[in-house]
Amino acid sequence: MPTQLSHLEALEAESIHIIREVAAEFERPVLLFSGGKDSAVMLRLAEKAFWPARIPFPVMHVDTGHNFDEVLEYRDRRVAELDLQLVVASVQASIDAGRVVEERGPRASRNRLQTVTLLDAITEHGYDAVFGGGRRDEEKARAKERVYSFRDEFGQWDPKNQRPELWSLYNGRHRKGEHIRVFPLSNWTELDIWQYIATDDVEIPSIYYAHRRPVVRRDGMLLAVTSYLGHLDGEAPEDLLVRFRTVGDATCTGAVESAAGSIADVIAEVAASRVTERGETRADDRISEAGMEDRKREGYF
Amino acid sequence: MELLRFATAGSVDDGKSTLIGRLLLETKQIFEDQLEAVERTSRDRGFDYVNLALLTDGLRAEREQGITIDVAYRYFATPRRKFIIADTPGHTQYTRNMVTGASTADMALVLVDARKGVLEQSRRHAVIASLLQVKHLVLCVNKMDLVDFDEGRFDEICAEFTDFAAKLDIDDLAFIPVSALLGDNVVSHSPSTPWYEGPTLLHHLEHVYIGSDRNLIDARFPVQYVIRPMSHDHHDYRGYAGQVASGMFRPGDEVLVLPSGFTTSIEAIDEYGGPVEEAYPPMSVSVRLADDLDISRGDLLCRPNNAPVVTQDVDAMICWFTDRPLREGAVYAVKHTTRSARARVQHLHYRLDVNTLHRDDQQHSLTMNDVGRVSLRTTTPLFVDEYRRNRATGSFILVDETNFETVGAGMVLGATAP
Repeated sequence: MPTQLSHLEALEAESIHIIREVAAEFERPVLLFSGGKDSAVMLRLAEKAFWPARIPFPVMHVDTGHNFDEVLEYRDRRVAELDLQLVVASVQASIDAGRVVEERGPRASRNRLQTVTLLDAITEHGYDAVFGGGRRDEEKARAKERVYSFRDEFGQWDPKNQRPELWSLYNGRHRKGEHIRVFPLSNWTELDIWQYIATDDVEIPSIYYAHRRPVVRRDGMLLAVTSYLGHLDGEAPEDLLVRFRTVGDATCTGAVESAAGSIADVIAEVAASRVTERGETRADDRISEAGMEDRKREGYF
Repeated sequence: MELLRFATAGSVDDGKSTLIGRLLLETKQIFEDQLEAVERTSRDRGFDYVNLALLTDGLRAEREQGITIDVAYRYFATPRRKFIIADTPGHTQYTRNMVTGASTADMALVLVDARKGVLEQSRRHAVIASLLQVKHLVLCVNKMDLVDFDEGRFDEICAEFTDFAAKLDIDDLAFIPVSALLGDNVVSHSPSTPWYEGPTLLHHLEHVYIGSDRNLIDARFPVQYVIRPMSHDHHDYRGYAGQVASGMFRPGDEVLVLPSGFTTSIEAIDEYGGPVEEAYPPMSVSVRLADDLDISRGDLLCRPNNAPVVTQDVDAMICWFTDRPLREGAVYAVKHTTRSARARVQHLHYRLDVNTLHRDDQQHSLTMNDVGRVSLRTTTPLFVDEYRRNRATGSFILVDETNFETVGAGMVLGATAP
């Protein structure tokens, strides 16, 4: 009988170990759940880690208010199926409370505002461990991040002063007011995620598969026409067959033209893709060479 | 598809980042937008070549200073294997970074510059790989293009390194002449080295046999978390969740529970959705036992006739990571498998010079990047095996109780049964 796990099984076993370790060692963990594919996989892993018991922590959605309907519907359905507590941290509420100021103009984005909303929610609920779906292959600043990533009382990440992380022995020690971001998917790649969604039959929102929708071309990206998206002169909506590679704020997440209607089609496209998912579809990462590092230092996901 | 984890180490300017960039590029893991960004930055900085090192330097400070600060993880795959690279910088905090990278590695890849040969740093990397029980080591002799692909020079370096490695604990040693810059022997055989009949680097990475590196003999299952649904459908369910550290577990097996010393048998081993026939490392499972016993996180399941040493006295090699020195008499928090304790440093036997293997027994403290042998006394018994035999039950970390930093990594040499 074989005694060797496949790479996906080995990644799964590692992630489940991390999730259980957090449940055992922290008092108030929370899992960030945006409804995107990475958080869908993370939720599935958490489900597996504690079966047949319920997942022993709540999930939190940092809601920019700029959502795709399909994603919200998916989020609420999964939460109901797993009998979870959902905490919605609202960027709109942060704006209304004067904690952040809305950007102006047709290119306004709430991406950066999310950090304040997230950190406020962590403080308000007293969370000491926050699961994120970040992967090291996503972006070069993320490649340096630990599985257990320490955040100080301001939620800041200090990339030059990280705790060494050896074997599978994680150090989650922190003081009150500090917290640990935990990344169980650290060692997964985009292709691993898709292969796992296929082999494990993980349900994801329908917008990851090809569908027709009106989009505008902006900065080399295809942005969905929604009531939130500002209008620029000269932009004409087109009705195209598209799918999304990542799902975030609807105003800064681009679609790609695609006819991939099934998971097999999507995997074939991902395997052949010559552009990273963030480079292709995330306006938020194009700010500068250190865009992600700067936002992460402030406490971003 | 199998997973292979390897750590790369090298000195400054020996072309490590270029080699990794080359592997990623040739296995088509570098995307067009990443390559364009690197090309643009290379131009902006006035390089007359595409600096592949820019691909792996992720932090602003690294790009500004042109150095790699911290361990970075890289991923690529071929149809045969998925690879995780722990890319460890060669200069600042070298021991700390290399130890971290090597702790999870199946293989270590050490680079030397063909012109410079085996340097002190190359020896140090080999010592650390050996210390961390990385079973396979590849010495890539890089920049062969700068020595005219000279077979004699390659042989000389191999001989020198083989002599040194004989003093170490390395099972499998391979030598490959490469030019990372030009791609020779990285993915395809080089026409410039007709005298070299071995595999290319990628071929070696894809084929090196790691199946027997795991310990499938000594059954060890540290209990991580107790699953008790207390729901209508699973009213009496009680599963001990954890990751198999070593050995095999099957339903019906008799098991010894530590520290209580009770024996019972395995009723079932569950994964999500139902039972499995057997569990082996690194599976994450949940074990149900035939008897109701008081078992919690930090306990360990093993076999009655094959158990780890239960002890408060541990003899270990320690790698030290911080400016505040390790001193005799100091107390640290310990994390060993899923078990937490505190430990006092009873005695520092010697500091190991990782360049010369010399043992200096006149020292009473270890400072940043030092390695030394210590005796520890723990507040509660640990269930340990020798690190050489069991990476999971033979390793631990030390945490400073005042600032919560991870300050040391420990590898068990031996334990004294009480």
